[in-house]
Amino acid sequence: MDIDYNQLMSIGVYGSAIGLILIGLYAVLIKKHLTKIVIGLSIIDAGIHLLFIAIGYIKDGTAPIFSPGGLKALENGQPMVDPVPQALVLTAIVIGFAVTAVALSLVIRLYRHHQTARIDQIKSLKW
Amino acid sequence: MKKLFVIFLLAVVGYSLVNALMDVPFGENRIEPGTVSAFYLEKTPTQLSVANVITAIVVNYRGFDTLGEVSVLFLASLGLGSILYRKHKEGEEEVAILKPSSQLVQAGSKLIFPAILVLGAYVFIHGHLTPGGGFQGGAIIATGFLLMMMAYKDYKVSHNILMWVESLAGIAFAGIGIVGLVVSHSFLENFLAIGNLNDLFSGGIIPIIYVAVGFKVAAELTGVLDTLLNIKDKH
Amino acid sequence: MMFEAIVIIVLAIILLAAAVYAVMQKDLLYAVIATGVISLILSVFFFIMQAPDVALTEAAIGIALTTIVFIITIRNTSRREDEVLVEKEPDGTEKEN
Repeated sequence: MDIDYNQLMSIGVYGSAIGLILIGLYAVLIKKHLTKIVIGLSIIDAGIHLLFIAIGYIKDGTAPIFSPGGLKALENGQPMVDPVPQALVLTAIVIGFAVTAVALSLVIRLYRHHQTARIDQIKSLKW
Repeated sequence: MKKLFVIFLLAVVGYSLVNALMDVPFGENRIEPGTVSAFYLEKTPTQLSVANVITAIVVNYRGFDTLGEVSVLFLASLGLGSILYRKHKEGEEEVAILKPSSQLVQAGSKLIFPAILVLGAYVFIHGHLTPGGGFQGGAIIATGFLLMMMAYKDYKVSHNILMWVESLAGIAFAGIGIVGLVVSHSFLENFLAIGNLNDLFSGGIIPIIYVAVGFKVAAELTGVLDTLLNIKDKH
Repeated sequence: MMFEAIVIIVLAIILLAAAVYAVMQKDLLYAVIATGVISLILSVFFFIMQAPDVALTEAAIGIALTTIVFIITIRNTSRREDEVLVEKEPDGTEKEN
Protein backbone atom coordinates (compact mmCIF):
# COMPACT_ATOMS: atom_id res chain seq x y z
CA MET A 1 0.00 0.00 0.00
CA ASP A 2 1.46 3.30 -1.02
CA ILE A 3 1.04 5.67 1.90
CA ASP A 4 2.50 9.14 1.80
CA TYR A 5 4.37 9.23 5.10
CA ASN A 6 4.98 12.93 4.91
CA GLN A 7 1.22 13.55 4.65
CA LEU A 8 0.63 11.27 7.65
CA MET A 9 3.27 13.08 9.68
CA SER A 10 1.87 16.47 8.74
CA ILE A 11 -1.64 15.47 9.82
CA GLY A 12 -0.25 14.13 13.10
CA VAL A 13 1.82 17.17 14.02
CA TYR A 14 -0.43 19.96 12.71
CA GLY A 15 -3.52 18.20 14.02
CA SER A 16 -2.15 17.82 17.54
CA ALA A 17 -0.94 21.44 17.62
CA ILE A 18 -4.34 22.82 16.55
CA GLY A 19 -6.07 20.36 18.89
CA LEU A 20 -4.02 21.53 21.86
CA ILE A 21 -4.78 25.18 21.11
CA LEU A 22 -8.53 24.51 20.85
CA ILE A 23 -8.66 22.36 24.01
CA GLY A 24 -6.74 24.97 25.98
CA LEU A 25 -9.01 27.73 24.68
CA TYR A 26 -12.06 25.75 25.78
CA ALA A 27 -10.64 25.44 29.30
CA VAL A 28 -9.93 29.17 29.52
CA LEU A 29 -13.41 30.17 28.34
CA ILE A 30 -15.70 27.68 30.08
CA LYS A 31 -14.14 26.57 33.33
CA LYS A 32 -14.77 28.38 36.59
CA HIS A 33 -11.93 27.35 38.88
CA LEU A 34 -8.89 29.59 38.54
CA THR A 35 -6.32 26.80 38.67
CA LYS A 36 -8.08 25.05 35.80
CA ILE A 37 -7.95 28.29 33.79
CA VAL A 38 -4.20 28.51 34.33
CA ILE A 39 -3.85 24.87 33.25
CA GLY A 40 -5.68 25.87 30.07
CA LEU A 41 -3.20 28.72 29.49
CA SER A 42 -0.32 26.30 29.86
CA ILE A 43 -1.88 23.93 27.32
CA ILE A 44 -2.32 26.79 24.79
CA ASP A 45 1.39 27.60 25.23
CA ALA A 46 2.34 24.00 24.48
CA GLY A 47 0.24 23.99 21.31
CA ILE A 48 1.77 27.20 20.00
CA HIS A 49 5.32 25.99 20.60
CA LEU A 50 4.61 22.78 18.72
CA LEU A 51 3.17 24.77 15.82
CA PHE A 52 6.30 26.89 15.51
CA ILE A 53 8.71 23.96 15.50
CA ALA A 54 6.51 22.14 12.98
CA ILE A 55 6.75 25.07 10.57
CA GLY A 56 10.53 25.02 10.74
CA TYR A 57 10.94 21.31 9.98
CA ILE A 58 12.55 20.19 6.71
CA LYS A 59 12.02 16.67 5.43
CA ASP A 60 15.08 14.44 6.03
CA GLY A 61 16.84 17.34 7.71
CA THR A 62 19.33 17.15 10.51
CA ALA A 63 19.78 19.17 13.69
CA PRO A 64 21.49 22.55 13.24
CA ILE A 65 24.68 21.69 15.10
CA PHE A 66 28.11 21.58 13.45
CA SER A 67 29.43 18.68 15.48
CA PRO A 68 31.51 15.97 13.72
CA GLY A 69 28.29 14.04 13.05
CA GLY A 70 26.57 17.13 11.71
CA LEU A 71 29.46 17.89 9.36
CA LYS A 72 29.31 14.34 8.04
CA ALA A 73 25.57 14.70 7.44
CA LEU A 74 26.21 17.92 5.52
CA GLU A 75 28.66 16.12 3.28
CA ASN A 76 25.96 13.53 2.50
CA GLY A 77 23.73 16.28 1.22
CA GLN A 78 21.22 16.49 4.09
CA PRO A 79 19.93 20.01 4.71
CA MET A 80 19.83 21.50 8.19
CA VAL A 81 16.46 22.41 9.67
CA ASP A 82 15.56 26.04 10.20
CA PRO A 83 17.28 27.40 13.32
CA VAL A 84 15.30 30.63 13.76
CA PRO A 85 11.98 29.14 15.05
CA GLN A 86 13.95 27.00 17.51
CA ALA A 87 15.68 30.01 19.04
CA LEU A 88 12.29 31.73 19.29
CA VAL A 89 10.62 28.78 21.03
CA LEU A 90 13.53 28.44 23.49
CA THR A 91 12.85 31.92 24.82
CA ALA A 92 9.10 31.38 24.70
CA ILE A 93 9.21 28.25 26.89
CA VAL A 94 11.12 30.01 29.65
CA ILE A 95 8.88 33.06 29.60
CA GLY A 96 5.76 30.86 29.54
CA PHE A 97 6.93 29.24 32.75
CA ALA A 98 7.53 32.65 34.37
CA VAL A 99 4.01 33.80 33.43
CA THR A 100 2.47 30.59 34.81
CA ALA A 101 4.35 31.01 38.10
CA VAL A 102 3.21 34.62 38.57
CA ALA A 103 -0.40 33.75 37.63
CA LEU A 104 -0.46 30.94 40.20
CA SER A 105 0.90 33.24 42.90
CA LEU A 106 -2.01 35.58 42.14
CA VAL A 107 -4.41 32.63 42.56
CA ILE A 108 -2.89 31.82 45.95
CA ARG A 109 -3.25 35.41 47.05
CA LEU A 110 -6.86 35.55 45.90
CA TYR A 111 -7.68 32.35 47.80
CA ARG A 112 -6.07 33.78 50.91
CA HIS A 113 -8.43 36.76 50.72
CA HIS A 114 -11.74 35.22 49.62
CA GLN A 115 -11.38 31.60 50.80
CA THR A 116 -12.47 30.43 47.37
CA ALA A 117 -10.84 30.17 43.97
CA ARG A 118 -13.95 29.94 41.81
CA ILE A 119 -14.76 33.04 39.86
CA ASP A 120 -18.52 32.63 40.19
CA GLN A 121 -18.34 32.67 43.97
CA ILE A 122 -16.24 35.74 44.54
CA LYS A 123 -19.20 37.92 45.28
CA SER A 124 -17.61 40.90 46.93
CA LEU A 125 -16.33 42.19 43.59
CA LYS A 126 -19.83 42.69 42.23
CA TRP A 127 -21.06 46.20 42.57
CA MET B 1 -26.31 29.21 25.73
CA LYS B 2 -22.78 30.32 26.55
CA LYS B 3 -21.44 26.86 25.74
CA LEU B 4 -22.93 26.93 22.26
CA PHE B 5 -21.41 30.31 21.57
CA VAL B 6 -18.01 29.14 22.79
CA ILE B 7 -18.14 26.01 20.64
CA PHE B 8 -19.02 28.12 17.62
CA LEU B 9 -16.07 30.42 18.37
CA LEU B 10 -13.74 27.44 18.69
CA ALA B 11 -14.97 26.10 15.35
CA VAL B 12 -14.22 29.46 13.72
CA VAL B 13 -10.71 29.56 15.23
CA GLY B 14 -10.02 25.96 14.24
CA TYR B 15 -11.25 26.46 10.69
CA SER B 16 -9.13 29.56 10.17
CA LEU B 17 -6.03 27.85 11.58
CA VAL B 18 -6.50 24.86 9.28
CA ASN B 19 -7.08 27.17 6.34
CA ALA B 20 -3.90 29.10 7.09
CA LEU B 21 -1.84 25.95 7.46
CA MET B 22 -2.89 24.67 4.05
CA ASP B 23 -0.48 27.16 2.51
CA VAL B 24 2.43 25.93 4.62
CA PRO B 25 3.26 22.42 3.39
CA PHE B 26 4.97 20.29 5.98
CA GLY B 27 8.63 19.56 5.51
CA GLU B 28 9.31 21.76 2.52
CA ASN B 29 12.71 23.37 2.24
CA ARG B 30 11.99 27.06 2.62
CA ILE B 31 15.53 28.26 3.21
CA GLU B 32 16.36 30.27 0.14
CA PRO B 33 19.91 31.66 -0.13
CA GLY B 34 19.57 35.21 1.09
CA THR B 35 17.13 34.68 3.94
CA VAL B 36 18.05 35.17 7.57
CA SER B 37 18.24 31.44 8.30
CA ALA B 38 20.66 30.86 5.43
CA PHE B 39 22.83 33.69 6.73
CA TYR B 40 22.93 32.21 10.24
CA LEU B 41 23.65 28.70 9.00
CA GLU B 42 26.47 29.92 6.79
CA LYS B 43 28.22 32.43 9.02
CA THR B 44 28.24 30.56 12.33
CA PRO B 45 31.09 28.08 11.76
CA THR B 46 33.19 30.57 9.82
CA GLN B 47 32.71 33.91 11.56
CA LEU B 48 32.22 32.70 15.14
CA SER B 49 33.62 29.12 15.28
CA VAL B 50 30.64 27.96 17.30
CA ALA B 51 29.19 24.52 16.67
CA ASN B 52 25.67 25.03 18.06
CA VAL B 53 23.81 27.43 15.77
CA ILE B 54 20.99 27.97 18.30
CA THR B 55 23.49 29.12 20.94
CA ALA B 56 25.06 31.52 18.45
CA ILE B 57 21.65 32.97 17.60
CA VAL B 58 20.49 33.28 21.21
CA VAL B 59 23.71 34.70 22.65
CA ASN B 60 25.41 36.52 19.81
CA TYR B 61 23.13 37.49 16.95
CA ARG B 62 20.09 38.09 19.17
CA GLY B 63 21.97 38.62 22.42
CA PHE B 64 20.01 41.70 23.40
CA ASP B 65 16.78 39.69 23.45
CA THR B 66 18.42 37.23 25.84
CA LEU B 67 19.25 40.13 28.13
CA GLY B 68 15.55 41.02 28.02
CA GLU B 69 14.53 37.45 28.78
CA VAL B 70 16.86 37.27 31.77
CA SER B 71 15.36 40.48 33.13
CA VAL B 72 11.82 39.10 32.58
CA LEU B 73 12.75 36.10 34.74
CA PHE B 74 14.15 38.44 37.37
CA LEU B 75 10.96 40.50 37.38
CA ALA B 76 8.86 37.34 37.65
CA SER B 77 10.71 36.11 40.73
CA LEU B 78 10.54 39.61 42.24
CA GLY B 79 6.81 39.83 41.59
CA LEU B 80 6.19 36.39 43.01
CA GLY B 81 8.02 37.23 46.21
CA SER B 82 6.16 40.48 46.69
CA ILE B 83 2.68 39.09 45.89
CA LEU B 84 3.05 36.30 48.42
CA TYR B 85 4.51 38.50 51.12
CA ARG B 86 2.87 38.12 54.49
CA LYS B 87 3.73 39.97 57.63
CA HIS B 88 4.45 37.62 60.52
CA LYS B 89 1.89 38.26 63.20
CA GLU B 90 2.88 37.69 66.81
CA GLY B 91 1.72 34.42 68.30
CA GLU B 92 0.93 32.76 64.99
CA GLU B 93 1.39 29.02 65.25
CA GLU B 94 4.04 27.44 63.08
CA VAL B 95 2.38 25.10 60.60
CA ALA B 96 4.50 22.09 59.67
CA ILE B 97 5.71 22.68 56.16
CA LEU B 98 6.25 19.21 54.86
CA LYS B 99 5.89 15.76 56.29
CA PRO B 100 9.24 13.98 56.61
CA SER B 101 9.84 11.66 53.70
CA SER B 102 10.84 8.01 53.87
CA GLN B 103 14.33 6.67 54.46
CA LEU B 104 14.71 5.63 50.82
CA VAL B 105 14.06 9.13 49.53
CA GLN B 106 16.40 10.72 52.06
CA ALA B 107 19.33 8.41 51.37
CA GLY B 108 18.82 8.41 47.61
CA SER B 109 18.54 12.15 47.21
CA LYS B 110 21.69 12.75 49.22
CA LEU B 111 23.45 10.36 46.83
CA ILE B 112 22.11 11.78 43.58
CA PHE B 113 22.23 15.51 44.38
CA PRO B 114 25.94 16.04 43.47
CA ALA B 115 25.43 14.14 40.21
CA ILE B 116 22.54 16.45 39.27
CA LEU B 117 24.69 19.51 40.04
CA VAL B 118 27.52 18.20 37.88
CA LEU B 119 25.09 17.39 35.04
CA GLY B 120 23.63 20.89 35.16
CA ALA B 121 27.08 22.46 35.16
CA TYR B 122 28.14 20.26 32.22
CA VAL B 123 25.09 21.31 30.24
CA PHE B 124 25.67 25.02 30.62
CA ILE B 125 29.44 24.92 30.19
CA HIS B 126 29.23 22.98 26.91
CA GLY B 127 26.33 25.02 25.58
CA HIS B 128 28.16 26.04 22.44
CA LEU B 129 29.26 22.52 21.46
CA THR B 130 26.30 20.27 22.23
CA PRO B 131 22.59 20.92 22.69
CA GLY B 132 22.13 22.75 25.96
CA GLY B 133 22.99 26.08 27.40
CA GLY B 134 22.35 28.40 30.29
CA PHE B 135 18.59 28.01 30.65
CA GLN B 136 18.60 24.24 30.49
CA GLY B 137 21.52 23.89 32.91
CA GLY B 138 19.99 26.35 35.34
CA ALA B 139 16.67 24.48 35.34
CA ILE B 140 18.46 21.17 35.99
CA ILE B 141 20.32 22.63 38.97
CA ALA B 142 17.11 24.12 40.37
CA THR B 143 15.47 20.69 40.10
CA GLY B 144 18.35 19.23 42.12
CA PHE B 145 17.79 21.78 44.87
CA LEU B 146 14.08 21.06 44.77
CA LEU B 147 14.78 17.38 45.38
CA MET B 148 16.81 18.18 48.48
CA MET B 149 14.19 20.62 49.75
CA MET B 150 11.46 18.03 49.46
CA ALA B 151 13.43 15.16 50.99
CA TYR B 152 14.65 16.92 54.10
CA LYS B 153 12.22 18.91 56.19
CA ASP B 154 14.65 21.57 57.34
CA TYR B 155 17.00 21.91 54.37
CA LYS B 156 17.60 25.61 54.04
CA VAL B 157 19.31 27.40 51.19
CA SER B 158 20.64 30.72 52.37
CA HIS B 159 18.71 33.52 50.67
CA ASN B 160 21.75 35.75 51.07
CA ILE B 161 23.98 33.54 48.94
CA LEU B 162 21.27 33.19 46.28
CA MET B 163 20.84 36.95 46.14
CA TRP B 164 24.58 37.56 45.76
CA VAL B 165 25.04 34.88 43.07
CA GLU B 166 22.10 36.15 41.06
CA SER B 167 23.12 39.79 41.24
CA LEU B 168 26.76 39.14 40.38
CA ALA B 169 25.80 36.95 37.41
CA GLY B 170 23.43 39.60 36.09
CA ILE B 171 26.07 42.31 36.51
CA ALA B 172 28.58 40.07 34.69
CA PHE B 173 26.26 39.70 31.70
CA ALA B 174 25.65 43.43 31.37
CA GLY B 175 29.29 44.17 32.15
CA ILE B 176 30.54 41.96 29.32
CA GLY B 177 28.22 43.88 27.00
CA ILE B 178 29.61 47.21 28.17
CA VAL B 179 33.20 46.00 27.72
CA GLY B 180 32.23 45.03 24.19
CA LEU B 181 30.81 48.53 23.72
CA VAL B 182 34.06 50.12 24.89
CA VAL B 183 36.41 47.87 22.93
CA SER B 184 34.54 47.18 19.70
CA HIS B 185 32.00 50.04 19.50
CA SER B 186 28.93 47.79 19.72
CA PHE B 187 27.02 46.44 22.72
CA LEU B 188 27.66 42.70 23.24
CA GLU B 189 30.16 42.60 20.40
CA ASN B 190 32.80 39.89 20.55
CA PHE B 191 36.19 41.01 21.84
CA LEU B 192 37.98 37.78 22.66
CA ALA B 193 39.75 35.53 20.20
CA ILE B 194 37.60 32.96 18.47
CA GLY B 195 39.27 29.56 18.52
CA ASN B 196 38.80 26.58 16.26
CA LEU B 197 35.51 24.81 15.68
CA ASN B 198 34.53 22.26 18.38
CA ASP B 199 37.09 23.45 20.91
CA LEU B 200 36.05 24.15 24.48
CA PHE B 201 37.35 27.72 24.38
CA SER B 202 35.87 28.73 21.05
CA GLY B 203 33.41 31.43 20.21
CA GLY B 204 34.86 34.36 22.10
CA ILE B 205 32.55 35.60 24.82
CA ILE B 206 29.71 33.14 24.12
CA PRO B 207 30.66 30.48 26.72
CA ILE B 208 31.30 33.16 29.36
CA ILE B 209 27.88 34.72 28.84
CA TYR B 210 26.17 31.35 28.96
CA VAL B 211 27.93 30.44 32.23
CA ALA B 212 26.70 33.71 33.74
CA VAL B 213 23.16 33.03 32.49
CA GLY B 214 23.31 29.49 33.90
CA PHE B 215 24.24 30.72 37.36
CA LYS B 216 21.60 33.42 37.27
CA VAL B 217 18.75 31.16 36.17
CA ALA B 218 19.71 28.48 38.73
CA ALA B 219 19.78 30.98 41.60
CA GLU B 220 16.51 32.59 40.48
CA LEU B 221 14.53 29.37 40.11
CA THR B 222 15.84 28.04 43.43
CA GLY B 223 14.73 31.26 45.11
CA VAL B 224 11.27 31.00 43.51
CA LEU B 225 10.86 27.41 44.71
CA ASP B 226 12.07 28.31 48.18
CA THR B 227 9.55 31.15 48.41
CA LEU B 228 6.72 28.93 47.24
CA LEU B 229 7.52 26.03 49.55
CA ASN B 230 7.58 28.21 52.65
CA ILE B 231 4.10 29.70 52.42
CA LYS B 232 2.75 29.45 55.93
CA ASP B 233 -1.01 29.56 55.34
CA LYS B 234 -3.29 27.72 57.70
CA HIS B 235 -4.86 24.63 56.08
CA MET C 1 10.46 7.82 7.72
CA MET C 2 7.83 5.18 8.30
CA PHE C 3 8.97 4.63 11.87
CA GLU C 4 8.76 8.33 12.68
CA ALA C 5 5.29 8.65 11.15
CA ILE C 6 3.88 5.76 13.18
CA VAL C 7 5.42 7.05 16.42
CA ILE C 8 4.02 10.52 15.77
CA ILE C 9 0.49 9.23 15.11
CA VAL C 10 0.48 7.10 18.27
CA LEU C 11 1.89 9.90 20.43
CA ALA C 12 -0.54 12.43 18.97
CA ILE C 13 -3.49 10.29 20.03
CA ILE C 14 -2.08 9.97 23.58
CA LEU C 15 -1.34 13.71 23.64
CA LEU C 16 -4.88 14.75 22.74
CA ALA C 17 -6.35 12.20 25.16
CA ALA C 18 -4.19 13.59 27.98
CA ALA C 19 -5.22 17.16 27.11
CA VAL C 20 -8.94 16.28 27.18
CA TYR C 21 -8.44 14.46 30.49
CA ALA C 22 -6.61 17.45 31.97
CA VAL C 23 -9.48 19.76 31.10
CA MET C 24 -12.37 17.48 32.06
CA GLN C 25 -11.14 16.00 35.33
CA LYS C 26 -12.57 17.53 38.49
CA ASP C 27 -9.79 16.43 40.82
CA LEU C 28 -7.08 19.02 40.14
CA LEU C 29 -4.14 16.86 41.16
CA TYR C 30 -4.86 14.38 38.36
CA ALA C 31 -5.25 17.25 35.89
CA VAL C 32 -1.82 18.60 36.81
CA ILE C 33 -0.18 15.21 36.30
CA ALA C 34 -1.84 15.06 32.86
CA THR C 35 -0.29 18.45 32.05
CA GLY C 36 3.10 16.99 32.94
CA VAL C 37 2.42 14.08 30.55
CA ILE C 38 1.63 16.63 27.81
CA SER C 39 5.05 18.25 28.36
CA LEU C 40 6.75 14.87 28.25
CA ILE C 41 5.18 13.84 24.94
CA LEU C 42 5.85 17.29 23.52
CA SER C 43 9.53 16.87 24.36
CA VAL C 44 9.61 13.64 22.32
CA PHE C 45 7.91 15.47 19.43
CA PHE C 46 10.56 18.16 19.51
CA PHE C 47 13.27 15.53 19.37
CA ILE C 48 11.73 13.79 16.35
CA MET C 49 11.59 17.12 14.54
CA GLN C 50 15.35 17.59 14.97
CA ALA C 51 15.26 20.29 17.66
CA PRO C 52 17.38 18.96 20.57
CA ASP C 53 17.83 22.30 22.38
CA VAL C 54 14.11 22.89 22.54
CA ALA C 55 13.49 19.30 23.66
CA LEU C 56 15.95 19.73 26.55
CA THR C 57 14.37 23.01 27.61
CA GLU C 58 10.82 21.65 27.50
CA ALA C 59 11.86 18.56 29.46
CA ALA C 60 13.74 20.51 32.11
CA ILE C 61 11.17 23.26 32.64
CA GLY C 62 7.82 21.80 31.66
CA ILE C 63 7.94 18.47 33.44
CA ALA C 64 9.50 19.18 36.84
CA LEU C 65 9.16 22.88 37.55
CA THR C 66 5.70 23.61 36.17
CA THR C 67 4.24 20.53 37.89
CA ILE C 68 5.71 21.44 41.27
CA VAL C 69 4.44 25.03 41.04
CA PHE C 70 0.95 23.74 40.26
CA ILE C 71 1.07 21.26 43.15
CA ILE C 72 2.10 23.97 45.60
CA THR C 73 -0.85 26.04 44.38
CA ILE C 74 -3.25 23.14 44.88
CA ARG C 75 -1.87 22.65 48.38
CA ASN C 76 -2.65 26.26 49.26
CA THR C 77 -6.05 26.44 47.54
CA SER C 78 -8.67 23.78 47.06
CA ARG C 79 -8.03 20.33 45.70
CA ARG C 80 -11.29 19.70 43.91
CA GLU C 81 -12.79 21.94 41.32
CA ASP C 82 -16.40 21.74 42.50
CA GLU C 83 -15.99 22.87 46.10
CA VAL C 84 -18.88 24.97 47.25
CA LEU C 85 -18.20 27.79 49.66
CA VAL C 86 -20.55 27.62 52.61
CA GLU C 87 -21.12 30.99 54.19
CA LYS C 88 -22.35 31.56 57.67
CA GLU C 89 -25.20 33.94 58.55
CA PRO C 90 -24.47 36.38 61.37
CA ASP C 91 -26.29 34.25 63.92
CA GLY C 92 -24.38 31.08 63.20
CA THR C 93 -26.66 29.08 60.92
CA GLU C 94 -25.24 28.13 57.55
CA LYS C 95 -26.47 29.55 54.29
CA GLU C 96 -26.30 27.37 51.17
CA ASN C 97 -24.95 29.04 48.00
